[in-house]
Amino acid sequence: MFDALKGFGVTFGTMFKKVVTEEYPEVKKIPAERYHGRHQLNRHPDGLEKCVGCELCAWACPADAIYVEGGDNTEKARFSPGERYGAIYQINYLRCIGCGLCVEACPTRSLTMTTEYELADDNRQDLIYTKEQLMAPLLSGMEQPPHPMRLGDNEQDYYVKGPELAVSMESAPFADSMETAPLKEQGK
Amino acid sequence: MGLEEKLPNGVLLASVEKLVNWTRKSSLWPATFGLACCAIEMMTSGGPRYDLARFGMEVFRASPRQADLMIVAGRVSNKMAPVLRQIYDQMPEPRWVIAMGVCASSGGMFNNYAIVQGVDHVVPVDMYLPGCPPRPEMLIDAILKLHAKIMDEPLGDTRKALQLESGYRTPMIPSSERFAKK
Repeated sequence: MFDALKGFGVTFGTMFKKVVTEEYPEVKKIPAERYHGRHQLNRHPDGLEKCVGCELCAWACPADAIYVEGGDNTEKARFSPGERYGAIYQINYLRCIGCGLCVEACPTRSLTMTTEYELADDNRQDLIYTKEQLMAPLLSGMEQPPHPMRLGDNEQDYYVKGPELAVSMESAPFADSMETAPLKEQGK
Repeated sequence: MGLEEKLPNGVLLASVEKLVNWTRKSSLWPATFGLACCAIEMMTSGGPRYDLARFGMEVFRASPRQADLMIVAGRVSNKMAPVLRQIYDQMPEPRWVIAMGVCASSGGMFNNYAIVQGVDHVVPVDMYLPGCPPRPEMLIDAILKLHAKIMDEPLGDTRKALQLESGYRTPMIPSSERFAKK
């Protein structure tokens, strides 16, 4: 006789339970820090690009989503320390499966992934992200390339001094979010 | 419809257009068209944690005649393409298509002879959703962007011509920005 009421008990009890539903569009869900979201091309602390245009990411990509064309740095127009830089850099998000092999392949840790995921669009063209869209925003102390090397005389200085530069950057604002944090936290 | 073509273009008709679009976007019923792993995420979106019912669309219709949104979730093989087209043709107008995941959008990593390189070769696609597979949040984001697109849809040929002339495109704002709590 009470069996029928038991069922109502479950329904009634649920009213006092915590709601599991995510309030997604109102409250943005931030995925884990290592989530494979949209890519980002990082910069050295002076604003020069880390990408050297080696195309290793494009070679590693199993879906052929990345297109890179390298260009030569000249004394007049320097985009990255060293000889070459990525002149054209495109990632086709309609092909990218977010596997992260490109990030593993990157020798300069130029390419990393953010936690940004709201990418849907209504045409194919806008989902091919170009270099301007993928570049990390300029933080304080950074300068829009092209400009001469500020942190050393050659490419090696940038990497040898890298750890101490990172430490000195830590005292600067936004320093901890330099490489992988989502764009919004970097003050974009 | 037809009647709106006879009426002069004005305030009243603009409000009717808004009302019609609002009713259409508030109860989109998706047809079940899960083809691969993306379907798992699509089913999760309908579950209590992500709860598509908040947007009036938790019923995934098994019959295309009762559906007006097709979420193509997964890779479409050449053998599946005619089936996909038939289901699309059976859906009543107005109807919309979301290409969910990279495989449906462009073929993704399956660049081979068996897979259709994007369902837009077979049916017109209204929203491309990248990701492999996309999170349920990404699907909700795509659906909300589609809602915004439906709200801007012109009613009748006259309005359509006007919109084409003005070159207006619905801005694709990330949903978490558009619906952010102030």
